[in-house]
Amino acid sequence: MSNTTTTGPKGQDFEQTLDQSDTKVASFEVRHQSPLERIRHVLHNNPTLVPVIVLVMSLFAFGLIAGGKFFSAFNLSLILQQVSIIGILAAAQSLIIITAGIDLSVAAIMVLMSVVMGNLAVFAGVPSGFAIIVGLAGGVGAGMMNGWLITKVKLPPFITTLGTWSIFYALLLWLSGAQSIRGQDIDANAPLLKLFGASFNIGGARITLSALLMIVVFVVLWYMLNKTAWGRHVYAIGDDKEAADMSGIRTDRTLLSVYGLSGFVCALAGWASIGRVGSISPQSFYEGNLDSITAVVIGGISLFGGRGSIMGALFGALIVGVFRSGLRLSGVDVLWQVFAIGWLIIIAVAIDQWIRRVSA
Amino acid sequence: MENVTPVVQARGIVKRYGHVTAIDHSDFELRPGEVLAVIGDNGAGKSSIVKAICGATVPDEGEILIEGKPVKFNSPIEAREMGIEIVYQNLALSPALSIADNMFTGREIRKQGWQGKYLRMLDKPAMEKFARDKLTELGLMTVQSIKQPVETLSGGQRQGVAVARAAAFATKFIIMDEPTAALGVKESRKVLELIQDVRARGIPIILISHNMPHVFEVADRIHIHRLGKRLCTINPKDYTMSDAVAFMTGAKEPPAQDTV
Repeated sequence: MSNTTTTGPKGQDFEQTLDQSDTKVASFEVRHQSPLERIRHVLHNNPTLVPVIVLVMSLFAFGLIAGGKFFSAFNLSLILQQVSIIGILAAAQSLIIITAGIDLSVAAIMVLMSVVMGNLAVFAGVPSGFAIIVGLAGGVGAGMMNGWLITKVKLPPFITTLGTWSIFYALLLWLSGAQSIRGQDIDANAPLLKLFGASFNIGGARITLSALLMIVVFVVLWYMLNKTAWGRHVYAIGDDKEAADMSGIRTDRTLLSVYGLSGFVCALAGWASIGRVGSISPQSFYEGNLDSITAVVIGGISLFGGRGSIMGALFGALIVGVFRSGLRLSGVDVLWQVFAIGWLIIIAVAIDQWIRRVSA
Repeated sequence: MENVTPVVQARGIVKRYGHVTAIDHSDFELRPGEVLAVIGDNGAGKSSIVKAICGATVPDEGEILIEGKPVKFNSPIEAREMGIEIVYQNLALSPALSIADNMFTGREIRKQGWQGKYLRMLDKPAMEKFARDKLTELGLMTVQSIKQPVETLSGGQRQGVAVARAAAFATKFIIMDEPTAALGVKESRKVLELIQDVRARGIPIILISHNMPHVFEVADRIHIHRLGKRLCTINPKDYTMSDAVAFMTGAKEPPAQDTV
């Protein structure tokens, strides 16, 4: 039955010369690389290295330009505080972008859920804890709605979330009557909503709980993405969804869980924003969607999916914060802050493209 | 031969898509330890019959027996749970993930104890060791790093990873769809050697291929598919490549069935 039990190369006549040729082709081998290639290779394996370098360099640069007032513990902790809400949103956005999607509705989900929490706790007299749980569950629901439209109705994420952005925004205007909920009312009826505005001092630094929450969110999501099978599947889907499907990943179920989790993180950001802002304003964070994408992109997470570490988004958010603070303390007009951030985005994407071209 | 239970036995499989009959009462048989090549002209339905066997399509009629027991797969995942592995033409690897991650996609190993149970932590060292062992067994390992992303490998190396993954987890049989189609001469040779290595371990292989020289080199039997059904099976030692091509295009009458 078996006519070819000999394992030695036999092949066809025209292949006989292969015996004398180099046999190492299909084996793994070390290749010599130019220094530039090697840098690219290192960056390819450590996608967060670029944002870390940029962050450190910008800290030094602004330290030199703006002097001691920039480098004070107070100012650095202020930066952390200022980026905390956008940072948490960027964490949610990273989850989506790693799956090769994009979510334009993150900030709308966040503000909508803060309005839901506020309405329930301040006006409806619902216990704060319960109002918060409803808000967080609502975040999961809003995210799952995006996920359902994307996986089951099979719409592209960009269009889906462009639509739900408007839907959630309209809902939050309706629920809030386009009115802010004043800080005093929250203090009187539901102080728990402002929990993440609380802070403590270490040295000259003033650390708010919202900044701590941001760091906890990033660490937990990093763990999930890198140390669990679920996380590997999220990356595999972003890399090549069809291949992930064929290698036995339940891609739709995983995607749905990603959108649900992302919605939860947005609602968490909503809760934290109440403490950070001090009131609940339907008009707040209108540019939060784009700010979160900015942080993700500057953080070296590829918009094409499957590449980059979620920690990059944390560094991306911090870089934006450092630039804003540094330029302001150097007395530069706000418009040049915006100008600088625009260039940061373009440079970050250009570097990503260059790194992605590595193939050896 | 008759007293050996075939690994796969399919009878009277039918699959229709609207007016098109992709599989028309076809039979299929894979015997223990063999490499069975499936050849046929474009559109003859050779992929369809193999898809029906691995659960990628659900046939309208007919029965499939795996080791004598009737089965009904609704997805390739179900077939995989029974120990049937598929090496797809496009390999189904995630380019940015490491070799080890790719070997275990969808069946990762968790750590023992509370870290695995409550934190669902992966046992990366165990996964990497397993991946390294499997690649070494197939002679693919003169590696620098098992953590290397798959996209940094050449076409033949990627094929090697896909074959190693299939060989590591297959307990029943492996289906390979055009494994040499995208490869150069030398890399094809390596893959053909891999096929023989896998057969030497006793795992039967269904090889779908257009490449007649490769088919005649490694196959023990050749299943010729024509117009949606099995035309005949031949022993490559008894026929020439031109005979096989003549059968599959209808230029020549097939031999009587049950000759092999």
